[in-house]
Amino acid sequence: MDILPRPPSPYYTADHDAFRDQLRRFVERDIAPFVDQWDEAEEFPRELYKKASAVGLLQMGFPEEYGGVPSDGFFRIIASDELARAGSGGVNASLMSHTIGAPPIAALGPEWMKRKLLPEILSGEKISALAITEPSGGSDVANLKTTARREGDHYIVNGQKMFITSGFRADYYTVAVRTGGPGMGGVSLLLIERDRPGFSRTKLRKMGWWASDTAQLFFDDVKVPIDNLIGPENAGFNGIMRNFNPERIGLAAGAYGFAKVCLEEAIDYARQRETFGKPLIKNQVIRHKIVDMAMKVNAVKATLEGLAWRVEQGEQPVAEICMLKNLATTSLEFVANEAMQILGGAGYLRGSKVERIYRETKVMSIGGGSIEIMKDLAARQMGL
Amino acid sequence: MKVLVAVKRVIDYNVKIRVKADKTGVETANVKMSMNPFDEIAVEEAIRMKEAGKATEVIAFSAGPTQCQETIRTALAMGADRGVHVVTDGELQPLAVAKLLKAVADKEQPGLIIVGKQAIDDDSNQTGQMVAALLGWSQGTFANKIDVADGSVTVKREVDGGLENVKLKLPAVITTDLRLNEPRYASLPNIMKAKKKPIDQHKPEDLGVDVAPRLKTLKVEEPAGRKAGIKVKTVAELVEKLRNEAGVI
Ligand SMILES: Cc1cc2nc3c(=O)[nH]c(=O)nc-3n(C[C@H](O)[C@H](O)[C@H](O)COP(=O)(O)OP(=O)(O)OC[C@H]3O[C@@H](n4cnc5c(N)ncnc54)[C@H](O)[C@@H]3O)c2cc1C
Repeated sequence: MDILPRPPSPYYTADHDAFRDQLRRFVERDIAPFVDQWDEAEEFPRELYKKASAVGLLQMGFPEEYGGVPSDGFFRIIASDELARAGSGGVNASLMSHTIGAPPIAALGPEWMKRKLLPEILSGEKISALAITEPSGGSDVANLKTTARREGDHYIVNGQKMFITSGFRADYYTVAVRTGGPGMGGVSLLLIERDRPGFSRTKLRKMGWWASDTAQLFFDDVKVPIDNLIGPENAGFNGIMRNFNPERIGLAAGAYGFAKVCLEEAIDYARQRETFGKPLIKNQVIRHKIVDMAMKVNAVKATLEGLAWRVEQGEQPVAEICMLKNLATTSLEFVANEAMQILGGAGYLRGSKVERIYRETKVMSIGGGSIEIMKDLAARQMGL
Repeated sequence: MKVLVAVKRVIDYNVKIRVKADKTGVETANVKMSMNPFDEIAVEEAIRMKEAGKATEVIAFSAGPTQCQETIRTALAMGADRGVHVVTDGELQPLAVAKLLKAVADKEQPGLIIVGKQAIDDDSNQTGQMVAALLGWSQGTFANKIDVADGSVTVKREVDGGLENVKLKLPAVITTDLRLNEPRYASLPNIMKAKKKPIDQHKPEDLGVDVAPRLKTLKVEEPAGRKAGIKVKTVAELVEKLRNEAGVI
C-alpha cells in the first residue's frame, strides 16, 4: 500500500514498474511468510539465492556477458525498497552481499575470475562476501592489518576480519589485505576461496540481522595464488572506494523502505487500536507524529531519487551521498522509534515488523561508513 | 501449433475497490492495475507448452486502452513471443472481446486459445465459452490439467463435486482454473528482452468488429456493510442462538 497514489515520476519507466510488480510478488510469496522463522533460526535456506536469481535480483547492474543484466540505479532502489517490505534487514543483507563482494571482481578482476565466478554468483550457486573490516577497526580502512606476503607465485595471508556479512556461508571472499607499506597505498584486494587451508570462520551473534550469517574470519598462513589479485597490487583502495557510492545509495534505499514499512504499520495500527473509546488515530498527538514520520520518509525519497538520477548522468556527488546516507538512516531511527511508540506493547513483541526494524536501525547507521565518518568525508569534500 | 492467450488488465487484487461517487462504476483513476490472475495462469500454461515442444509460438492478446500494452509486456516478459493489442477506450463486454478474439484467431489460425475462466473485475465467466461458440471449436473450461497430444487435447476440468476429463479435437478453446499451475515471475532479464518483442496494434473497426456494449449498467453500489457481531455470555446461549437464530444445528 502506498500512502498516496504514486504520482507521475520522471525517474521510473514501465520496465521499472514491471520489475517492482514481480519483486513484490516474490517478496510476498518467497520471503515475507518466513522471515520470523528464519530470524529465530539465524539462517535462511541457501536456495533463496537461486530463487532471487530467477527473478533477476542478483544480476542487476552486472555485465551481460557474465550473466548479469545491465540496469540503471533505479532498479536497485526498487529492489531495496521491495525487499524492505518483508521487514528483515538480515535476509536482505546476506542475500545481496554480492552487491559489495562482486563489483570489484566485475570492474577490476582478471578475465579468468570474471568468467568463472560471476556466472556462479549471479545465478545464486555461489555466495560472495566482502571482507574489509578488522577487529582493530572498520572506519580507518587505510590502516588495516591483515597481511599478504608474496612468496613466489603465491601470497601468504595472515590476519582477521570482523563483522563480515555472509561471512559464514560465502564461497568467495573479496578480502582487503596489506601487500605494501603503511596507509592506503599498501592495500590490495585478493580473492580468497572458502576451502583454502588455514582459512576459518566463526559466526557472530548480534542485536539484529539475525537471519544474516555475520562472521569473524581467521587467516593463518593461507596460501593464495597471485592470480587471485583483484586489480593491480597496492591499488586495492580504488576497488574499495568504487563500492562505496552504490553501497551507500543502496543502504539509503533500504533505510527508506524500512521507514516506509514502519510508517504503514503505525498508520494501520493507529486506525485499528481504540483507547479511551476512540481510535488512536483520532488523537492529534498521534496524527502529528504520523505526519512527521511521513515528512521524513518523503524527504529521504526525494533526496535519494534526485541523487540516483545524478549518478545516472555520470556524476559522483560524494558529499551528497554521505549526507543522504545519514539523512536516510537517522530518519529511519526516528520513524522506527515513533512507530514503536504508537504500537506500544504490541510493537515490542517479537514477530512484529516494527520490533525487528527498530533493532536493525543501528546497523544501518554504523555499517557502510558510520554517521561520523560520513560527516567527516562530506566535510572534506566540501573543503571545510 | 500457435497458442493464443488473452490477458486482461484489471484492478490489482490487492486494491480495495471503491465505487465512484456517481455510482456509474468503480474508481480506476490512480489505482494499481495488473494482469488478471487467471490470465497469468493461461500465459504460464502456454509457455510451458512451448518449452515442452508442443507449441511453436505464444501470442498474447489484449483489448482495451493504451495501457494494456503494459499487460501484454508482462506476458512477453514471462515468455510469450509477440503481442496483439486491440486498442479501444470504451467499455468492453465479454461478447465484444469474444468477437475480437475470433477475428484475431481467423488471422492467426492458432491451434489453441487459452483464456482465464473469468476476470477478477467483472467475474463474467463468459468470454472463453463465447469465443468457442463463435469459432465453432470445442471447449474445455475450468482446466485443472491440460495434456496436448497430436490433433487433440485432454483437459481435466474442475466441476462441482470433482474432476472431469474431456478430450477435445484441436483447434480448441480452454479456460484456466486456479490450480492449473503456479505462474512464474517475469525476471528482470526477461523484462528487458520483452521490450524488443513486437506488439501489433489494431482498432476494432480494422477487424470488422462492433464493440458497442449490448448491456447497460444501471447503477453500481457497495455491498451492504457487515453488521457488528455480539458477544454471548455462555455456551448454552451460543448453542441456543445457533439452533434458533442461525438455524445451523
Ligand atoms: C551487522 C554488520 C555487518 C557488517 N558487514 C560488513 C561486511 O560485510 N564487510 C565489512 O568489511 N564490514 C562489515 N561491517 C563492518 C562495518 O562496516 C563497521 O562496523 C563500520 O565500518 C565501523 O567500524 P567499527 O565497527 O570497527 O567501528 P570503529 O571504526 O571502531 O568506530 C567506532 C565508533 O567511533 C566512531 N569514529 C571512528 N573514528 C572516528 C573519528 N575519526 N571521529 C569521530 N568518530 C569516529 C565511529 O563512527 C563509530 O561510531 C558490518 C558491521 C555490522 C555491524
